[in-house]
Amino acid sequence: MHGAEVTSRIDAAWAVLDGVLDPEVPALSVCDLGLVRELRGADDGGLEVVLTPTYSGCPATEVISDHVRDALDAAGLGPTRVSLRRAPAWSSDWISSEGRRKLREYGIAPPGPAGESTVHFIARGVACPRCESLQTERLSAFGSTACKSIYRCLACREPFEHFKAI
Amino acid sequence: MAVASINVSAAPRVRYVLRLADTALIHAQRLSEWSGHAPVLEEDIAFSNLALDLLGQARALLTHTAALDGQGHDEDRLAFLREERDFFNLTLVEQPMRRSSAHAPGGDFADAVLRNLFVSVWFKLQWQRLRASTDSGLAAIAGKAVKEARYHQAHAAQWTVRLGDGSAESGARMRAALARAWPYTAEMFIDDEVDADAAQAGLGPRRSELRADWRAEIDAVFAEAMLEAPADTAFVSTGSRGVHSEHLGFMLAEMQHLQRSFPGGRW
Repeated sequence: MHGAEVTSRIDAAWAVLDGVLDPEVPALSVCDLGLVRELRGADDGGLEVVLTPTYSGCPATEVISDHVRDALDAAGLGPTRVSLRRAPAWSSDWISSEGRRKLREYGIAPPGPAGESTVHFIARGVACPRCESLQTERLSAFGSTACKSIYRCLACREPFEHFKAI
Repeated sequence: MAVASINVSAAPRVRYVLRLADTALIHAQRLSEWSGHAPVLEEDIAFSNLALDLLGQARALLTHTAALDGQGHDEDRLAFLREERDFFNLTLVEQPMRRSSAHAPGGDFADAVLRNLFVSVWFKLQWQRLRASTDSGLAAIAGKAVKEARYHQAHAAQWTVRLGDGSAESGARMRAALARAWPYTAEMFIDDEVDADAAQAGLGPRRSELRADWRAEIDAVFAEAMLEAPADTAFVSTGSRGVHSEHLGFMLAEMQHLQRSFPGGRW
């Protein structure tokens, strides 16, 4: 296979992955979330994809791996092999600016910067994704999935989810 | 139908990882008993999330143990096909969570809050050091888990302060729970030949290395919570050596029942 062909195949694969959505936050693709760490052509003409899981216990990890493999195979770019890589550990800092915009539009306040030593247990200055007010308060440290907590806007009175900085 | 139980290598390097795995697994199993029963909805969700993180850590550690053991086992076989004496978790985490028992911590939300605090600080200190492990697989698991443990600690500390420095009733319950749990913390800092080997091989810290840092963090939370650490006692529990309280057997009977009755059964 020529170099140019490989490049276009990889580009096509990235385009496919940009359409593979997170099952628990279906506004974002696996690329927006920064889960895809590597994508390369294999010697046998297939693809190798390296994913980094978000949380140790995230029940979506296996589903995401399956969806990535199935989508690439269905696009005729396979056979695809998906492997998981734990180090370096995933950080919410890896969510792209495009991903942050999509989160906000979906009604989830995006995470602030993840610190190494300090725990922003009650994150300050979380803007309401609906009215952008900073007058918000946390209702619950944990939410419907491992990656989110629950807030309420004191200006428009709407509850909303906040993607935790980790 | 009976399913044969399995044995795992007793080599110190396997045992070191397995002790961590079992403590995470059994702690997760107990915490999940609050699902659907916590005093408020937010805590119901919180306990389920904490348990899920710990279960994820346990799965990674058990998978790593199985690789080190080299007998072809996997995470499920290690969780479901070992006998009670082949589990090496801290005795504290197998204590009843929601049911009280005459001589065991448990039965009150205050017990759950304190257990979470003690174990999350201990795990956090372990993970911080294990990030530099000579075992790259273990270091990778630690790099992820340390972030989760920090969050768990923050949650437990917040509740410890809220209840300890809350009403007369909540403060009294926290002090009673503290008196029940404290004797079980001694085991967290007792070294044996597994620790000696791990320290020498650069695998990870000896347990005794964690004691001073753990105590400093706990005391800082207690100062804010108006609680005082009880005097240490001579009692040292021995779950890490496979000698458990009467509670683990009952718990495993429930946890392992399906895989024992329907070998290899899948969801």
